[in-house]
Amino acid sequence: MAEEKSGAAILVESLVRQGVEYVFGYPGGAVLPIYDELFSDNRVRHILVRHEAGAAHAAEGYARSTGRPGVVLVTSGPGATNAITGIADAFMDSIPLVVITGQVATNLIGTDAFQEADTIGLTRHCTKHNYLVKDPSELAATIDEAFQIATSGRPGPVVIDIPKNVQVATAMLQDGAPQRRIRYTPQTAGSPDEIATAIEMIAGAKRPILYTGGGVINSGPRATELLRRFQELTGAPVTSTLMGLGAFPADHPDWLGMLGMHGTYEANLAMNECDVMVNVGARFDDRVTGRLDAFSPNSEKIHIDIDRSSINKVVPVDLGIIGDCGTVLEQLIEVWGKRPAADLSEWKGRIEDWRAKDSLAYPTQQKGGVIMPQRAIERLHALTKELEPIISTEVGQHQMWAAQYFGFDKPNKWLTSGGLGTMGYGMPAAIGAQLGNPGRLVIDIAGEASIQMNIQEMGTATQFRLPVKVFILNNEYMGMVRQWQELTYESRYSNSYSDSLPDFVRLAESYGWKGIRVHDGSELDDAIAALIAPDGPVMVDCLVAKEANCFPVTPHDEAKALV
Amino acid sequence: MKIQHRETERHVLTILVDNEAGILAKIAGLFTARGYNIDSLTVADITENHAVSRITIVTNGPPAVIDQIQAQLERLVPVHKVIDLTEEGPHVERELALIKVAGQGENRVEALRLADVFRAKVVDTTTQSFIFELTGAPDKIDSFVALMRELGLVEVGRTGVVGMTRGPEGA
Repeated sequence: MAEEKSGAAILVESLVRQGVEYVFGYPGGAVLPIYDELFSDNRVRHILVRHEAGAAHAAEGYARSTGRPGVVLVTSGPGATNAITGIADAFMDSIPLVVITGQVATNLIGTDAFQEADTIGLTRHCTKHNYLVKDPSELAATIDEAFQIATSGRPGPVVIDIPKNVQVATAMLQDGAPQRRIRYTPQTAGSPDEIATAIEMIAGAKRPILYTGGGVINSGPRATELLRRFQELTGAPVTSTLMGLGAFPADHPDWLGMLGMHGTYEANLAMNECDVMVNVGARFDDRVTGRLDAFSPNSEKIHIDIDRSSINKVVPVDLGIIGDCGTVLEQLIEVWGKRPAADLSEWKGRIEDWRAKDSLAYPTQQKGGVIMPQRAIERLHALTKELEPIISTEVGQHQMWAAQYFGFDKPNKWLTSGGLGTMGYGMPAAIGAQLGNPGRLVIDIAGEASIQMNIQEMGTATQFRLPVKVFILNNEYMGMVRQWQELTYESRYSNSYSDSLPDFVRLAESYGWKGIRVHDGSELDDAIAALIAPDGPVMVDCLVAKEANCFPVTPHDEAKALV
Repeated sequence: MKIQHRETERHVLTILVDNEAGILAKIAGLFTARGYNIDSLTVADITENHAVSRITIVTNGPPAVIDQIQAQLERLVPVHKVIDLTEEGPHVERELALIKVAGQGENRVEALRLADVFRAKVVDTTTQSFIFELTGAPDKIDSFVALMRELGLVEVGRTGVVGMTRGPEGA
């Protein structure tokens, strides 16, 4: 059976067929036909954001916390350009998004028409793929392929640019899946030879380490289970990138903590001293490796990645395995079979010595009840862990403190902008996560500077009755910038002071939220209780020590940590 | 601090792509965005139904970068296949050039004589000028252009390299 429908109707019908629950968007001239279609169709719920960057980040939060693709709908020109930061963010962190952008009518393309932008050109290098659809008869197959590309292989954002007249024109829509050529078939399993070689290397290792990344999370919850099982078999200690937190439980004795620039001493030393490194779904980011010539110079390296271009891009490896982390871990477990774990007691003894340095220790005694930001995160974790909250963050010191002091033990519960480092990510991401996880506690750990970059999304939470929580570590500085200025520019704090801050409590109230301010350590636990108790959005403005630094830190041009 | 430069190798890459709008911009843009070099680039559609185009890129870089270029190209959805002809082994490289030379007297005769040696064809002529058409490996064209420079070279147009592996196997 087939039915003649407008391009806009084909789009909405196709989204329904893909199982899309929510579309995060903002209307405008070039998408009015689609909005008119949504008006009379309640199968897809539209979440009206306050700025298109918020739509993209909300879709990212939804995707990262549910494992399902996030869908964005924005208008042409500024709608599309505003969404680009979120699209680039999703590209760097491998988040599956399908972004629908309106475009001026085909006869106006290239004439500098009102709200025209070359969306395809602008998004070319921050999308996995993009399309300009010039005929409604191509829409159904294009949307079907877009979802396949966004969600399979290394996930990422896909943009579909649809001119206004294509939304209005009609075409036949067939029942069932659209007929199309399958041209995207990423490799998901390693070859038996590679697996056998990997097992030989790992079994023979005296000082092995598992270095895991966002690929484990993207592969799905099963990959997390398999990682834990493989670790049990091999006994290897585990460290993770920022994006991989939650794949391995933070309370496990073989957990080394996060690695990299703000990673623990034991994680970075173990990476440096290991003899076999198994990289599972990480990409040797510069924030992890530091100076390349000093990065783990004496180890044999295995790299498991679904993206072949990640292998040997930055660090040459001895064995690259192209494949999905879950699938390859399963292959490794099978070939490992009943081998006993090697005796790693000497290696673990050395690790314990490094751990004894307690690199995450911080001065706890403060005059006059001043709250240390690290302690605020520790208390937030202690008082909420039973509820298994989803945590999002903005970007900066608070983000690193959250990564260091909030113990993650499950996947899809940690939403942060790792690759692009986008301030303003956290609150919209929390909104998306809350929609995808109704009833779950969702907290955005923020800084007073970052939160202002998408503060307008408070209105979105209010409108859709989303009980998101925002916990601001307020030190009146762009703390990470200030810290670098202190450490490398002799404390010349150029433009890093957060002047003219709003009264966050009254701001929260003006949006219909509850606002709480806390500045004394003795009130901290009560404030956290008040944050999570009510069934509505709450913002806590937690005034913390102003010049606390995020340690340890290994500057990216150094091999040794400053502690 | 000084910027370090590394030893580079010349490689000829053949890329088969879906013949869709924007694919050339995507590939050329990938080279600029990631700081790779393009020495020459040619493209034309090669199938009966205009579905597939063949792009030939001559690039240079350290071996690790060449490998990365191939991986990055393969990551693009419309790219079917990337063949590194230099890596594959024996292959043919050809380029076509149009070379305009103006002059009179002995120079003009000498230009014509050299053209004959290089098997260049005369495709346009006036009493003061020739346009030569020359096909060959890039080196041969370089040499011919260098000789013409002394004899009144006016302008040169080159297509860039197309290449193919030797033997019965297809790409």
